[in-house]
Amino acid sequence: MEIVKTKNLTFDYIRRDEDGNVEGITTAVDNVSLSVKPGEFIAILGHNGSGKSTLAKHINAILFPTEGTVFVDGMDTNDDKNLWDIRKTAGMVFQNPDNQIIGQVVEEDVGFGPENMGVPTDEILERVAESLKAVGMYEFRKKSPNRLSGGQKQRVSIAGVLAMHPKCIVLDEPTAMLDPIGRKEVIRAVTALNMVEKITIILITHYMNEIVGADRVFVMDKGHIAMEGTPREIFSRVEELKALRLDVPQVTSCAHELKKRGLNIPDGILTEAELVEALKNVYHS
Amino acid sequence: MLRDITLGQYYPAESVIHRLDPRVKLFGTLVFLVSLFITDNFIGYALALCFLATAIIVSKVPLSFIMRGLKAIIFLLIFSVLINLFMTRGEVVVSFWKLSITKEGIYVASFMAIRILFLIMGSSIMTLTTTPNNLTDGLEKGLGFLKIFRVPVHEIAMMMSIALRFIPILMEETDKIMKAQMARGADFESKKLTKRVKSLVPLLIPLFVSAFRRANDLATAMEARCYRGGKGRTKMKPLKYKKRDALAYLIIFAYLAGMILVRRFF
Repeated sequence: MEIVKTKNLTFDYIRRDEDGNVEGITTAVDNVSLSVKPGEFIAILGHNGSGKSTLAKHINAILFPTEGTVFVDGMDTNDDKNLWDIRKTAGMVFQNPDNQIIGQVVEEDVGFGPENMGVPTDEILERVAESLKAVGMYEFRKKSPNRLSGGQKQRVSIAGVLAMHPKCIVLDEPTAMLDPIGRKEVIRAVTALNMVEKITIILITHYMNEIVGADRVFVMDKGHIAMEGTPREIFSRVEELKALRLDVPQVTSCAHELKKRGLNIPDGILTEAELVEALKNVYHS
Repeated sequence: MLRDITLGQYYPAESVIHRLDPRVKLFGTLVFLVSLFITDNFIGYALALCFLATAIIVSKVPLSFIMRGLKAIIFLLIFSVLINLFMTRGEVVVSFWKLSITKEGIYVASFMAIRILFLIMGSSIMTLTTTPNNLTDGLEKGLGFLKIFRVPVHEIAMMMSIALRFIPILMEETDKIMKAQMARGADFESKKLTKRVKSLVPLLIPLFVSAFRRANDLATAMEARCYRGGKGRTKMKPLKYKKRDALAYLIIFAYLAGMILVRRFF
């Protein structure tokens, strides 16, 4: 069974003027149907305003569809009695690390989710320790979150979700406010969770190089899914990506330009090593 | 300048007082404050001093650290001492110009000074030895009985701990906004009071807007992590009374009894 499934999901933001009259309707997500299998690493790409964050908020039952349905582990998000089970199943990490850490000490923050779920004390302590170890933040457990770097804060947020033992974690642009080092830390932690703990990951981002490790990529534009495929398939469509105002990783772009100039290089080069290998082949043949 | 505000300042050390249950400390502080106001003679204050001095020594917080807290109230202290010294009527001891110091005045003024000093020192012992978290936990548990009167104890404690968590973040933000506005020519250092007050507007408005935005984000994040009020919540570190807490209660009650006896018989 799919862990996340949306069927003709449509969501409208209704804009109102000062008197509360409807001024206009913006359709943020328009007729999106997708399904995610357990254990998959999904990346959703798109530039600002493409509807990717709105889509993400549906998976955690923060927003509810205007039309269509969203199923999380078989539960319909429109059904009120499923609400807390859905939020337990699909954890969510947000963009701003400062605005999602509640505790004044790292371990207290990680314990917040299990506390809310009514997990017994001994088990909370166990879960907190194992989640912090999973993201490599165990040694910081007694520190104040204010003294951590952005990447570390974001890893604490991930641990906080992890301690709730979700089947799926949705990350809504977790790296948008981080420096390059922080970005790498977070992506490494997320990838490890997917590989080791087999947790389904849905990563929303607009950084192309973060999706290289994903199993499948959805590219969103104006509320629609514009492209779908493996990272390699997506990156071989450089012109289309550029038309959607998305940057292609430097290596891929370089390979694409070389190919255009007539070199015999395959499509969808993702890493520097691959480009080197391809160039060697060109040189030898 | 904003960093000088030290709400809920905590002095980390390994001491029995640090390890006491926050409820004991809250209760002890309350008893101490009440005891200061039921005493009307120096023997009582001597007893209070003993209690306070023991607490300070046991807590391992340096005296200079506690004294620092007194700086903020020095003006209030001098003011109330002077008023009491000159305004109390009674047997004149010294008089010059239009002012006179009376015997009763000296009494009242020194009582006042001792009360204020002890009050501040006593409560700072509590805040210095208790982490803000522990304090809110203690309040939540210790005032739990108020739930019968429909006081939202859990919600208040949660609000307090969130406020404490966001103080440093908002301070940093204020600093940033101040610098940004200064770069645009705002004047925060003008000598004129009206100008200075006016200059706060472009500081406070962005700060408020951002605080609301943060609150909104935080509320969403809390809901996403299954927060739904105090009902059905468990605690990662539940408060549990230990032997030392019972002993501390005993000492506090003995002290209270002593103070009442002093008042009755001296």
